[in-house]
Amino acid sequence: MNENQDAEAVEEVTKAQEPKVIKFDELDPNFKYEIQAEPSGEFITRCYACGTCTASCPVRSIEETFNPRRIIHMALLGMKKEVLSSEFVWLCSTCYACFERCPQDVRITEMMNALKNLAVKNGYIHPAFTAQIDLIQGHGRLYEADSFVNKKRAKIRLPELTESPDPIKAIFKATGLYEYSTEAKESKELPQSGNTEGGSNE
Amino acid sequence: MSDAKRKYALYLGCTVPVRAQNYELSARLIAKHFGIELVDIPEFTCCGFPIKSVDQRSSLVMAARNLALAEKQGLDMVTLCTACTGTQVEANHELKNDSDKLAEVNKILKKDGLEYKGTVNVHHFARLLYEDVGIDRIKQEVKVDLQNLAVGAHPGCHFTKPSEAFEDFDDPENPHVYDDLINATGARSNPYSERELCCGGAILGIRVDVAYAMVGKKLASIKESGSEAMILICPFCNVMYEQNQKKIEKELEQGFAMPCIYYTQLLGLALGYNPDELGFKINRVKPSKILERIGVTSEKTTT
Repeated sequence: MNENQDAEAVEEVTKAQEPKVIKFDELDPNFKYEIQAEPSGEFITRCYACGTCTASCPVRSIEETFNPRRIIHMALLGMKKEVLSSEFVWLCSTCYACFERCPQDVRITEMMNALKNLAVKNGYIHPAFTAQIDLIQGHGRLYEADSFVNKKRAKIRLPELTESPDPIKAIFKATGLYEYSTEAKESKELPQSGNTEGGSNE
Repeated sequence: MSDAKRKYALYLGCTVPVRAQNYELSARLIAKHFGIELVDIPEFTCCGFPIKSVDQRSSLVMAARNLALAEKQGLDMVTLCTACTGTQVEANHELKNDSDKLAEVNKILKKDGLEYKGTVNVHHFARLLYEDVGIDRIKQEVKVDLQNLAVGAHPGCHFTKPSEAFEDFDDPENPHVYDDLINATGARSNPYSERELCCGGAILGIRVDVAYAMVGKKLASIKESGSEAMILICPFCNVMYEQNQKKIEKELEQGFAMPCIYYTQLLGLALGYNPDELGFKINRVKPSKILERIGVTSEKTTT
């Protein structure tokens, strides 16, 4: 085996391992403080990595990319982009099993909301949620109260269902969430207008 | 336990009025039976559950708006959906304990002519039956023998959790309230290994395969335990277990044929109401065998 082949082999091994290498110069040491500044994110630094959350998690038992202990550890290390751009950040089913059992009261279920909220602010909103924003903003509820629904309701003598979308749109406008709706995206004439609250990618 | 007429604002949420009309119908009937007056507030909107993932602040304002509407009429809120219950209870807990947040929320609500003062209590309808009607009264009213029918109890995660916001009305690790309610009807809450498993509804739109696997695991466990039906009090859990059951059976190549019955329907049968009055026609996995055995078919009127 000559030297060249050796070097090639080494390079191959390194490449295969590359995704697992943590590069310190790419870590963001302030990420944990960003999380702590979000509502429900403040207790993340209490974690001592016991793994009770992961052992309790019903999603983890099926899908191993969703591992609460690992997500918290990645966040504390400062792997901001890896966490916020991941699919796994959206996989909490909000069952509160970990929340109830965490010995350090990290309040993980709520902390996951802080991570998802940050993902949104950094331009990584999951398309399923854009759809839900649009529906709720359009109907006041997730489902339309159309004539078909009301006919069905009338048949079994349930009261008519009405929609109140306007107050919801007003709330979304006040909180800035409106900017993430399809309506806002389609109607924006000036790309820099208004408060997008970090809606674009950094 | 008093017979005095009790009045509550009925919060339906998104799923119940559109996708769980059998639940709504039977709950209204049960309320009437026990002298609970339910007031409809048409201006209610989504509780904010789906929005929490995107922006917790918006979600909190949405929940607060509903609380403010109930408060305006001087009523406590009764919920049917377990997910709505969790969101409304948590928001209420937060607003009652954090005056800064309450002020911030009210700044936004003010534009809508609303203000939340923090005087409303939120109860899941099943909890109301447990606390206000009581197990003894339910037992006294039972007319039809459900013959110790073995059923799998599934109240949904947000019935008791987070326990702090629910002020520990039941032990989240070893709950009994829902089982007591089921047992009071004459049916029997039959233990099964995946009792605490979540329905996966919150991630249905993210990873359907994971959500379906969670459902499959639970249905298989209930079947294995020898139960003949699953008893629910959450319309979104029902979307997962009943409305998607056929698809999931196909996807997982596994047969379940597990009837999913709302607690209010089960209790209604025990109280002697006709299956039609309880919306059983809307149930997709027909519990025909069970209805036949206890002698209440759709044709017969027992009340």
